[in-house]
Amino acid sequence: MKREVPLFLTAVIGLFMILSFFVPHQLVSVPADFLQQSAVIVVAFGYVLGGANVLKVNFDGIYKRQSGWPYKLVLVVALLVTVGVGLAEGRTWQDPHSISIWIYNHLYSPMQATLFALLSFFIASAAFRAFRIRTTEAALLAIAALIVMLGRVPIGDHYLTARIPVKWLQMSSIQQWIMDNPQNAAKRAILIGAAMGVMATGLRVILGIERSYLGGED
Amino acid sequence: MPSDATLPSRRSVRLSPAVLAVVAGLAWSAVPTLPAHADLAQPPAPPSGLSWSDVPNDAGRAVTLTWKPSPDDSAGLERVTGYAIERSETPGGPWSVVDSTAHGVTRHDDQTLHRDTDYFYRVAAFGPGGRTPALSITGPVRATSQWINQTRWSVLVFMVLFFGFVLYYIASAQAGRKPFVRRIPGIDAIEEAIGRATEMGRSVLYVPGVQDIDDIQTVAGLVILESVAKIAARYETPLTVPVAYPIPFTIAEEMVKSGYLNSGKPELYDPSSVRFVSPEQFAYVAAITGIMLRDKPAAHIFMGSFYAESLLLAETGFSTGAIQVAGTANVHQLPFFVVACDYTLIGEELYAASAYLSGEPKLIGSLKGADLMKLVIILGFILIGCTLESFHITWLTQWMITQ
Repeated sequence: MKREVPLFLTAVIGLFMILSFFVPHQLVSVPADFLQQSAVIVVAFGYVLGGANVLKVNFDGIYKRQSGWPYKLVLVVALLVTVGVGLAEGRTWQDPHSISIWIYNHLYSPMQATLFALLSFFIASAAFRAFRIRTTEAALLAIAALIVMLGRVPIGDHYLTARIPVKWLQMSSIQQWIMDNPQNAAKRAILIGAAMGVMATGLRVILGIERSYLGGED
Repeated sequence: MPSDATLPSRRSVRLSPAVLAVVAGLAWSAVPTLPAHADLAQPPAPPSGLSWSDVPNDAGRAVTLTWKPSPDDSAGLERVTGYAIERSETPGGPWSVVDSTAHGVTRHDDQTLHRDTDYFYRVAAFGPGGRTPALSITGPVRATSQWINQTRWSVLVFMVLFFGFVLYYIASAQAGRKPFVRRIPGIDAIEEAIGRATEMGRSVLYVPGVQDIDDIQTVAGLVILESVAKIAARYETPLTVPVAYPIPFTIAEEMVKSGYLNSGKPELYDPSSVRFVSPEQFAYVAAITGIMLRDKPAAHIFMGSFYAESLLLAETGFSTGAIQVAGTANVHQLPFFVVACDYTLIGEELYAASAYLSGEPKLIGSLKGADLMKLVIILGFILIGCTLESFHITWLTQWMITQ
């Protein structure tokens, strides 16, 4: 029963949600909306479990003095302080001068921006490796990338191909052709394949063929 | 000292009276002529011809209102700023403004109706001179819900075909005909990566994406996790799984437990191997890169939905020298993984991975069904569709447009 009931619920609710895509009538759409909204309640319980796990794993690390335990201590303190401040402020936490908003604007937001900014350096190092021409494919990639990059900045049309009178030989036109045709065709092929994969995975779960998410022995 | 000739002249330009007269005349003629009735202090003339229709293919919560514009709503007259749509449950009011449109717009969908309720509408024009009382009201208006969304027949046909193919191949596999599936190097590399981690005496890091369980890629990533946990348990290699959302976290715990159980080594399962981190994208990145740099796992496996963090994770992982296998269906992140990882599962390969790794005929049968559907789409819709469109025959394209 431990596996049969969840499998039955998955199948019934899954098929019902598929039905709601085709049947907009209120007899179907209202329960479908209700089911989707109910997920929020389940998620709320999930956060309790998640929070407990964060505390358990990090307290454990601090107690055993694992490598980087001071970071774990900072995390636990930050978590408890933020939750405590949020609970103390209650419904006023969204006020512009609340401590919660101060924590968000002056601590969280700059840290987030700092991490995001690192992406530009990572893109540079990854691009350096990607454009090393070792094979035919890598050469094609490098040439296409060079054209697309140059075609999207003024230097392409205004300097490199400025003297070419034919419009379709201008750098911007070539890069647009690459983006509209080979790039788009490949992207759509991946998307169509992925869409089939989504449907197959969904069907396997709904029909109970894929049941590993329930845990336990096969 | 430079001569005056090299300096710009500072003399003011003097124009003759004749030139001034011509310039003034041209300037006057360029001013748009306002009609006599265009008095901006007066409210605009009201719109007319308000009518309504039910919004089709919906759950009975919306109607479409159309009206004829105010006679003052035309280019150059700036007497109408917009139209206010007012609604009441009785013809005599009280009226409440439900929305407004800009000038020139004479159509609005009100999607805030309650079912089985009659409404009355009126539309008023407003502008700098004030607001014109509406001349007439329309009603009673009642939205109705439909049983079938008529624009989704194409999806239904696709889905029935697809499900038919998948079920056929599953039944065929159950009957003993194991379908052939090509080798997928990226999936084969997962075992190789875990083996390498075992040889080096280090752990394996598995990242199931940054999305919640409502993203099917997360489901695919979690399903693969069970197979990865099985292999890790078989090799007795520690596994670390940081998870971004609480529901995938609880499922991931079950998956890893189940993997160790099915490998016959439940005693090796470490409850702290699956960790809830944070749904915040960059907090999640910080946690994972911290694990990469501190614990130095020898194998990084990224399977699921990724966004900007893909390169942050993969490049940090690359710098540690770990073997990296990634899989995602997010097309815009694939190039980053291709560059920074040793193997990348592209799009559908992510969804095929769990079936491929399990080797179960029923699951592999579903892959064959998806392949056959792709063939139907390529031959039946792309080729035929392109041919029809080339001859300006558009019914197939129109049939496939959904709302």
